[in-house]
Amino acid sequence: MGRYVVRRLLQMIPVFIGATFLIFVMVYALGDPVAALFGDRAPDPATARQLRAEFNLDKPVWQQYLLYMGNIFTGDFGTAFNGEPVTDLMGRAFPISFRLMLTALVIELVLGILLGVITGLRRGRAFDTSILMATLVVIAIPTFVLGTTAQFLFGVQLGWINPAVSPEGRFSELLLPGIILALVSLAYVTRLTRTSVAENTRADYIRTAVAKGLPRRRVTVRHLLRNSLIPVVTYLGADIGTLMAGAIVTERIFNIQGVGFQLYQGILRQNSPTVVGFVVVLVLIFLLANLLVDLLYAVLDPRIRYV
Amino acid sequence: MRAATRLSWAIAATTVLALTATSCGGGNGTAGGSAGVVRASWGDPQHPLEPANTNEVQGGKVLDMIFRGLKRYNPETGEAEDEMAESIETTDQQNFTVKIKPGWTFSDGTPVTASSYVDAWNYGAHLENAQIASYFFQFIEGYEDVHPSDENATPSADTMSGLAVVDDHTFTVRLTEPFSLWPETLGYAAYAPLPRAFFDDHDAWLAKPIGNGPYKIDTYTKSQSMKLVKYEDYAGPDKAQNEGVELRVYTDNNTAYTDLQAGNLDVIDDVPASQLSNAEKDLGDRFINQPAGIIQTVSFPLYDPAWSSPEAAKVRQGLSMAIDREEITSKIYFDTRTPATDFTSPVLGDAGGYEEGLCGEFCTFDPERARQLIEEGGGLPGGKVTLSSNVDTGSHRQWMDAACNSINNVLDNTAACTVNPVPTFADFRNQVTNRQMTGMFRTGWQMDYPLIQNFLQPLYYTDASSNDAVYSSPEFDRLVNEANSASDEEEAVAKFRDAERVLVQDMPAIPLWYQNGTAAYSTRVSDVKLNPFSVPVYTDIKVS
Repeated sequence: MGRYVVRRLLQMIPVFIGATFLIFVMVYALGDPVAALFGDRAPDPATARQLRAEFNLDKPVWQQYLLYMGNIFTGDFGTAFNGEPVTDLMGRAFPISFRLMLTALVIELVLGILLGVITGLRRGRAFDTSILMATLVVIAIPTFVLGTTAQFLFGVQLGWINPAVSPEGRFSELLLPGIILALVSLAYVTRLTRTSVAENTRADYIRTAVAKGLPRRRVTVRHLLRNSLIPVVTYLGADIGTLMAGAIVTERIFNIQGVGFQLYQGILRQNSPTVVGFVVVLVLIFLLANLLVDLLYAVLDPRIRYV
Repeated sequence: MRAATRLSWAIAATTVLALTATSCGGGNGTAGGSAGVVRASWGDPQHPLEPANTNEVQGGKVLDMIFRGLKRYNPETGEAEDEMAESIETTDQQNFTVKIKPGWTFSDGTPVTASSYVDAWNYGAHLENAQIASYFFQFIEGYEDVHPSDENATPSADTMSGLAVVDDHTFTVRLTEPFSLWPETLGYAAYAPLPRAFFDDHDAWLAKPIGNGPYKIDTYTKSQSMKLVKYEDYAGPDKAQNEGVELRVYTDNNTAYTDLQAGNLDVIDDVPASQLSNAEKDLGDRFINQPAGIIQTVSFPLYDPAWSSPEAAKVRQGLSMAIDREEITSKIYFDTRTPATDFTSPVLGDAGGYEEGLCGEFCTFDPERARQLIEEGGGLPGGKVTLSSNVDTGSHRQWMDAACNSINNVLDNTAACTVNPVPTFADFRNQVTNRQMTGMFRTGWQMDYPLIQNFLQPLYYTDASSNDAVYSSPEFDRLVNEANSASDEEEAVAKFRDAERVLVQDMPAIPLWYQNGTAAYSTRVSDVKLNPFSVPVYTDIKVS
């Protein structure tokens, strides 16, 4: 298993270099960001040149990339246009996005699997049908509709929460944004678990377990659920990245200055250090989450072994 | 059994991870406001908070609270009034002697002297400091030496020769040419004085700027919040009527609006477009909607041969008459824009140079006459025209569609005008400054100071800094020069108006509408108003 992990980690290096280069070139292709700094006013050529030199924008793209990569290894991720080091931006954005992701992940994990198992065991009954309907509704309604409605209801009408999350972003504040963010994935997790459970109830080893006279609870949790979780875990692994980077809609509604927001801002202002810096970390998180998922397979299914 | 251990190990690891994350989230948030403090919405400033490096409203908001310059624009009338200036004297409109009032201090206790101004202006002008708003100093003699206009030249001096300190409270300024209204421009934030601390420890200053204004910065967490408290030793007349201001960054002004409704925020200064239709119903008197010093125009690429022929002026005038401004401002903007009838802004007032209806019939919707003019001018170049703008902000897409529809209806041709949306502002500005436009394009102008000069010279003077249309008219230039060397304000304004009439005939840009500033406030505060730059006058706000 150790060797497997090392091999996987080594594979990340080319993926890392490739991803950063692609993103760098893409942001570069958007054009010259300096003009926008001057607002609706035509840039003063001499000042513009000075700014280009400051951000290395006057060099050819390959040289910019090499300079940038060279700095990354010394821990310098460059500077955003407001003069702040990108590492500072990351230091603020990632913890809060991580907490939001964690809240959402726990919600969809616990609720999704619970609902999935219950509906999977009671296929075709009233409860199953109503949950299926509910998941369809959740998937169909855009997040921002649900988010703003919930925000208005709980924040303004009932006054239970503050509509905007404070910069500290405590877990209690992140509960509602977490639920909103989790809803769509929750629906998918429920459906995935349901199908998987429904299929496995007919499997031989379940019949055997029941025939052995094992308690119902043990059959469900140890035999049925564990074997049904593999597709769900695969989905969740990929979802970690989506929840962190793709939370921009939820983040905007609740005024959370997370990863999604900083990326959006970076793209609008065409600031490659910001965009590339954030994407680099996201790529790493994605790769690590996938590695974790692969390792979890072995935990869930003893037949899978890594050497 | 082995599997079970591995499973519990995985769970343990996840728990540890979760706990680590929780511990990062410590700290106490302040949900309710502390007594006497105004809680206001804010946006993340785009540039470091240096006076000469700020050209947008969010950074300007802070500078307006922590700095006071020689002049200040009266929040109600927009007139430039002496603030720190004791007197600004000149006999030839070119050499000025500035005397400043004694007794003013920066919030670190050091006195504001003549060199605080001279050093700050030299810093702002110098090329190596790459200050966005350095062009403000271009009128001062020696600017060309510290900030050569040629792209590849390097500065040949450290300071501008036109500035000289006489004593602690006096300095002299020599301009490159006569500019009668120059003292009136001094209310702009770029002309603020700077303390020694700014030059001695620049990074520390940027982390927590120090100024001479009615507020001082207590804490500043970049891109999250800034807490300002009343500066007790402030020497100016406009002392803060509240204990302080807490600025909170909102990434989306819809959230700020919701927070205001929930009672968590006191002042927002930009009501989101989507809420405009219900803001008056929701808030009643607590919704402010008043003219701001912003005009939206559509410019033509006069560098393109298709648009530069003498007859093309008629086509441009015709297009202007084909746009139904009333309809667009009421249906899309819920009357937060006012149809433009000149090239300036109502905030200038009649004495300042605004003249309602100066543009005359050419800014009035008249389908019949519009068609006629376009035909007389030889029709649209190639039979069609595009309208370009960035579409990432400000509901530009909606009004562009409406304007094009209006033109198409007038010409009875659905393909006459098409919208060319550009995804990002940066990309759009690049195309404009690189002169790549082939059809109409959006140009907006937010005034730097409430003077008619600022609405005309930077935009339409030959080779001016923001002359995106690349318009050049000897007649217009001559009138502007005459206005600048006029000895009194009334004469200057009259000359500028004459210059404006030249624009109406040539129509290098179509005036669309004046933009209003909007704001809303909670029941906890009173006396909220917007200044001509549509920034709330924080010092006047009272907290109950």
